[in-house]
Amino acid sequence: MIFFQSIRMAMTSVIGNKIRSFLTMLGIIIGVSSVILVVSVGRNFTNQITGQFDGLGTNQLMVSIMGMGVTSSLTYEEVDAFSQLQGVDLVSPTISGSATAKSGNRHTDASLEGVTPNYRPLKNYQLRAGRFLLDIDSQYRQAVAVLGSEVASKLYGAGNPVGQDVRLNGIPFKVVGVLQPKGSDLSGSNDDKVLIPIATAERFLQTKGIQSFVVKAVNRQDVPSVKAQLEAGLNHKFKNHPEAYNVFDAQEMIESSEKTSAMMSTALASIAGISLIVGGIGIMNIMIMSVNERTREIGIRKALGAKKSNILMQFMFESIVLSSFGGLIGIGAGIGLTSLASKLLGNPIDYAWDIVLISFLFSFFIGLVFGISPAYKASRLRPIHALRTD
Amino acid sequence: MSTEPLIRMENLQHGYTMAGQRTLILQGISFTIDHGEFVAIIGPSGSGKSTLMNMIGCLDLPNEGNYLLDGQNVRKLSDNRLARIRNEKIGFIFQNFNLLPKLSAIENVELPLIYRGVSYRERKRNAEEALIKVGLQERMHHRPNQLSGGQQQRVAIARALAGQPPLLLADEPTGALDPKTGKEVMSMLQSLNAQGHTIILITHDLEIAEQAKRVIRIHDGQVAEDRRIEL
Repeated sequence: MIFFQSIRMAMTSVIGNKIRSFLTMLGIIIGVSSVILVVSVGRNFTNQITGQFDGLGTNQLMVSIMGMGVTSSLTYEEVDAFSQLQGVDLVSPTISGSATAKSGNRHTDASLEGVTPNYRPLKNYQLRAGRFLLDIDSQYRQAVAVLGSEVASKLYGAGNPVGQDVRLNGIPFKVVGVLQPKGSDLSGSNDDKVLIPIATAERFLQTKGIQSFVVKAVNRQDVPSVKAQLEAGLNHKFKNHPEAYNVFDAQEMIESSEKTSAMMSTALASIAGISLIVGGIGIMNIMIMSVNERTREIGIRKALGAKKSNILMQFMFESIVLSSFGGLIGIGAGIGLTSLASKLLGNPIDYAWDIVLISFLFSFFIGLVFGISPAYKASRLRPIHALRTD
Repeated sequence: MSTEPLIRMENLQHGYTMAGQRTLILQGISFTIDHGEFVAIIGPSGSGKSTLMNMIGCLDLPNEGNYLLDGQNVRKLSDNRLARIRNEKIGFIFQNFNLLPKLSAIENVELPLIYRGVSYRERKRNAEEALIKVGLQERMHHRPNQLSGGQQQRVAIARALAGQPPLLLADEPTGALDPKTGKEVMSMLQSLNAQGHTIILITHDLEIAEQAKRVIRIHDGQVAEDRRIEL
C-alpha cells in the first residue's frame, strides 16, 4: 500500500520538476548511453577483426619467402615435402600475379593465382559450375582456368563460362570451372580471382619457384609444433637466416588483436562508468536540495502520521526513480547512437544487451546508494523543527 | 463516552538549554479535558502555549510530568508509536493551513489515511465524505492555490476529520483569514463540536477564545486561569 504510494509520490515529484529532473538525470543518461555505445561498437570491431582472420583459417600458417642471396624461392618439391611433417594436413603453394582477362569485347583486371588442388579445401571454396584444377593440369601445364564469381559475371554476364575461352594477357585459356562467391577478407576480395595450375603460372608469370604457401595443420593444437618444424626446416634451408622467411600464424594475430580491442573497450567503458558515478553525485546533490526545500512538507507529513520509514521510502524512491528513469532514457539513447554508428560504419552492429541490463541495474543502484544519505536525513527531521521552517 | 478524560496533563515541565542557560518554558502544567469539550488555550506569545500545543499534538515530548492521551501515557513512546498516535488520535488544523501545494484537495485529505494504511477505495470514500462535510464537494480536485484562504482552511479541517480522530487540535485557525472567513471557520468548529468532536483551540485572541466553552489561560508557563464560559 504505502509502497505503491511512495512510488506514486516519487513519480509525481519527478514529473512535477521536469527540467530539473532531466538535468539531474543527464549524467546518468550520458553515462549509460556511452557505455552501451562504446561496448557495442568495440565488440563489433573485435568481431570484425576476428571474422576477417577467420577467413584466413585458424589452424593455418602462412609462409612467405623473402629469400637470401641467389635463393629467393623454394621449389615445388621442397614445399610439397612439408606435407610430410607431423601434424600437417595439407600444403598449398601459391604463385600470385595479375592479368587482364578478356572474353569477346569484355575485359577485367583480375588477380591471377597459380594454385594446386589443395587450394580449394584450404580456402573453403565451393564450385558453382564445372570442376576445380587437378594435379594432371599442373603436370601437363594445361592452359585451363577457374574463374572467381566476380570475374565470371564481368566477362560472361549471366551466361555459363564453362567450356568457353578466356584470354589472359592475350593467351587463350579454357574455363573449366566457376567458384561460388565468398566475399572479402583481410587479403582482399575472394571473388575477383582467376586460378590456373601452378606449373602453368610459373611459366605464365615468368617466375621461378614458390614464394608463398599455406600450411594447414590437422588441429589447432598442432599449430605450434608444425610452426616449429617449419621454422627448423626453413632455417636449415636458409642457413640460419631467419630474416629470409616468415611464418605467420593467423590465430596468434586474432588473439592479440582481440586482447587489444577488449582492453580498449574496457578502458573506454570505465571512463563512461565514471560519468555514471558523477551522475550519481548529481542526483545526491539534487536530493539534498530537495530535502532542504521540502522540510515543511516533511513536517506536515510527520504531523499527519508519517513514520520515519515512510519519509525514508518516499525520498529513496524519488532518487531511484530519477536514476532508473535516467538509465532507461540512457538505454534508449545508447541504442539510438549505436544504430547511428552502425549506419555510419556501414555494417550491422549487435547491441550489447548484457551491458544494457547491467547499466540499467547500475543506474538503479546509483539511485539507491546516493539517495540513502539525503533520505535518511529527511526521515530524521523532527516534526516541530520541520513545521517551523518556511 | 468513557469516564477517563481524553487528556490528562500531570505537572508537565519542559525547557530548553540554550548557550548553557536553562530556560523553563512549561513550569508544571496540570489539567484534564473530557471527551466532547471545546477548549480554548489562550496566552500571549512567549507564554508557552505553542510548546504546550506541541506537547498536546505529540510533536514533542515533555522533559518532566505525564501526559495521558485517551488513556495512553505518551511520555516514553518511540518515534514510530508517536507517529501512529498523531495519525490516529489527533487531527491538526494549522494557522497557515499546511496543505501540500502539489496535491489536490482530496489528495491532501487522503494523506493521514495513506499513512494509516487504509485501502484506496475506503480512503477515497472517507476523504469525499470529509470534504462534503466542510462544503467543498465542488472543489475536490482543485489544488490549494486554486482555492481561497477560507476554502484552504476547510480542506485542512476535512483532512483533520478524515481519520475520525478523537481530538481536533487547531492552532490559530483563523490567524491567516479575514474576519468574515474567520467567523465561518469558527462556526464550523462549533458545529463540529456540537456533533461530538472534542476540540482544542490555541489562540492569542480573547474574542476567538470566548467562542469556546472553556478557556485555559497560560501565563509564564503555568495555568493562570481555567474557566467555563456560560452560554
